[in-house]
Amino acid sequence: MGHLENLKGTAKAVDFAKQNGIYIVLFALIGFFSFASENFLVSHNLMNVARQVSMLGIAAVGFAFVLLLGGIDLSVGSVITLVNVVCGWFMVNAGMNPVLAIFITLTMATLIGFANGWIIANIEMPPLIVTLAMMIIIEGVAFLISKGLPIYGFPDSFAVIGQGYLGPIPIPVVIMIVILAIGAFILNKTYFGRYFYAVGGNEEAAKLSGIKVKNVKYLVYSLSGFFAGVAGIVILSRTNSATVTAGKMLELEILTACVLGGVSVTGGVGRISNVIAGVLILGVLSNGMVLMNVTEFTQMVIKGSVLLIAVAFDCLQHRKAS
Amino acid sequence: MNILELKNITKKYPGVIALNDVSIEFVQGEAHALVGENGAGKSTLIKSCTGAVKPNDGSIVIDGEVFTSLTPQISEAHGIGVIYQEFNLVGELSVAENIFLGRAIRKGLVINKKAMAREAAAIFEQFNIDIDPNELVSNLTVGYQQLVEIAKALSQKARILIMDEPSAPLTSAEAERLYQVVEKLKAKGVTVIYISHRMEEIFRLTDRITVLRDGQKIATVKTSETNMDDLVKLMVGRELKETYPQRKACISDEVLIEVKNLSGNGVNDISFEIRKGEVLGFAGLIGAGRTETAELLFGAAKRTGGSVRLHGKEVHPKTPRDAIDSGIALVPEDRKGKGALLDMTIRSNTSMAVLERISNFFTIDLKEEKRLAEEYKQSIRIKTPSVEQKIKNLSGGNQQKVIIARWLASKPELVIFDEPTRGIDVGAKSEIYTLVNSLVEAGKSVLMISSEMEEVMGMSDRIVVLCDGKISGSLDRKDFNQETIMNFASQK
Ligand SMILES: Nc1ncnc2c1ncn2[C@@H]1O[C@H](COP(=O)(O)OP(=O)(O)OP(=O)(O)O)[C@@H](O)[C@H]1O
Ligand SMILES: [Mg+2]
Repeated sequence: MGHLENLKGTAKAVDFAKQNGIYIVLFALIGFFSFASENFLVSHNLMNVARQVSMLGIAAVGFAFVLLLGGIDLSVGSVITLVNVVCGWFMVNAGMNPVLAIFITLTMATLIGFANGWIIANIEMPPLIVTLAMMIIIEGVAFLISKGLPIYGFPDSFAVIGQGYLGPIPIPVVIMIVILAIGAFILNKTYFGRYFYAVGGNEEAAKLSGIKVKNVKYLVYSLSGFFAGVAGIVILSRTNSATVTAGKMLELEILTACVLGGVSVTGGVGRISNVIAGVLILGVLSNGMVLMNVTEFTQMVIKGSVLLIAVAFDCLQHRKAS
Repeated sequence: MNILELKNITKKYPGVIALNDVSIEFVQGEAHALVGENGAGKSTLIKSCTGAVKPNDGSIVIDGEVFTSLTPQISEAHGIGVIYQEFNLVGELSVAENIFLGRAIRKGLVINKKAMAREAAAIFEQFNIDIDPNELVSNLTVGYQQLVEIAKALSQKARILIMDEPSAPLTSAEAERLYQVVEKLKAKGVTVIYISHRMEEIFRLTDRITVLRDGQKIATVKTSETNMDDLVKLMVGRELKETYPQRKACISDEVLIEVKNLSGNGVNDISFEIRKGEVLGFAGLIGAGRTETAELLFGAAKRTGGSVRLHGKEVHPKTPRDAIDSGIALVPEDRKGKGALLDMTIRSNTSMAVLERISNFFTIDLKEEKRLAEEYKQSIRIKTPSVEQKIKNLSGGNQQKVIIARWLASKPELVIFDEPTRGIDVGAKSEIYTLVNSLVEAGKSVLMISSEMEEVMGMSDRIVVLCDGKISGSLDRKDFNQETIMNFASQK
């Protein structure tokens, strides 16, 4: 029996290393930049990193849900842009109360997600195409509303969201933590969160187990839209100006963060605790590279490579499993 | 001469020793059976021979050449062909393309589809298999897909052919054809390693038998020098009671489900009723419409006509959820495709159909969920170190038990079992039969679809035979007779 206990022990150790390996990468990266730049490992810079990644972390929760389902949502970047433009327009051009403006824009973002989900579930089109088309449409709409010009001059109260502090912690970071916690709660504790895994793992089996697969899809894409909306509001308040480039290419960064965090692009596998690590890695990488004066284009090369490596790693794991 | 030798093979998984110091010799040209309970290590053993699994210890000798780490490429190059328990076909490709997957016949850079179809047809013809090589694999039933798997291995001109439960998904007619294929192969000098839970075919086909139990080799015996009872005793390590356990007379007068003129999903005008405490058997050939009828009852396919009354009340489940809520459960035939959530734990798989019932305010009662999983792990003896294990790490038979657990957990009034004992060992089979008995003794009803003649006859109180999407006959227990059923099943 002792032998079996022993085996169980090693099994746990192996599992732990497999499930948390991404944190080792994160700490290695932090160690590297601490050596490379004396400005990295200081508390206000670390807080900076946390604030910079907060929009990424917020939107990544919804995106992770979509990936778990075996789908993808390329429209999140342009949803962020549209939210910026629409919310800004309401507050400035329509003189609307910020709370109401936020409420309406988040509803809009959620409905866009729902529309994605509805088309994917009912017309059975590939999520890649549906959300790509949606991305282009929304970007166009954002241009039409703003005529390509920035909108600014928001009420002062609105700035709290992106620029305020709760004690020493920036509000965007607080929002991110709350949303990550909600995401983890949904996945680990609720039955519908469990359904995300089931549908992503084996849709047919999920259906036969009594899961209403369409409803799950509506929910997941709606949540993706909603969380992208929240990220958009945070960005708007932080930059104090609505531009049509607010969310440009963000979907790819969010995708990278999720895949780095071990969410499989083929669905069914992933955890929020590791997505956090993926988000932080990207944040540390950008921040560290800026501190080391790496040019923007070199940064692009590096970030693209990270995405490629992360997806390759995911695919290799799948190959090994089958 | 030994064509293949396994020497002291040990394979450990976290928490499980799948193979413990196993040595076996395979003689050129023999048919050698591997038997043992679910989880005994049979599949792991053959995966070691093919390089799909890397043993922790031991070596493999092919034709006198010693290997300590095989790869699938090496083993294939040395003439080892294998048909795995779980299909490895690509549904979107044609039969011929699947057979030549990775070895496509080319003309220059272009794949020569015609030549592949021709070669595939030649293999089928050689073994009397009737499949169109240009058909998409996803359009084939499970039974035919398995035949394609077999043809694929045959096309690789293997000198050693390993088959992991090849007959499990086949009807008796198809299995008969398989036996003839195996006999032809033997006559050609091919060594066959044959894993099966079906005793009759082992005695019919093989020359020697190796018994595994809990990862250990128990014995290798000559088939001619042993008998069924001794073999079962070696496998389970104890005496086994009769295969079809007696059940108390428990059929009540009350009708649970009354199906009238049900149509849709490829079946037509199906009428039958099942009383409380009764087991109704569905017999027929593959494609007769048994699974299709089950899907209709379960709300998994669209009904175009007819009515279903449950407890005298008209029901019309439009989704599986509706069916589950009205007390119907379906244990599907295609475990990997329609049952198992492979990346999820035994616990999650068990609770999947009742998650909402064990949740408060959307939150799953995790304690209750765990209790549920443990309860069924105990009661139907799912062999695993922990319910937190992913079910893809379980042996085939144990995966099936987890799926059955999922459906028992939904506390159904009517359980539809579609080929419930496919790939399940003798011991576990009789456990499942006992379980069916306890269901009906508790006043539930069972609809049992099975292609194993002995099983439908052994378990059912009544049998309905389907053919071409229609009911072609119906028999009471006293009239059960293999020949009559076969006649009904093949009626044109
Ligand atoms: N990848 C894996 N990870 C962990 N455990 C595994 C893995 N593969 C197999 N096992 C375990 O090894 C043991 C042997 O499994 P194996 O599949 O060889 O059984 P089997 O004799 O083929 O059973 P069956 O008749 O049900 O197919 C089982 O206890 C199984 O749970
Ligand atoms: Mg097996």
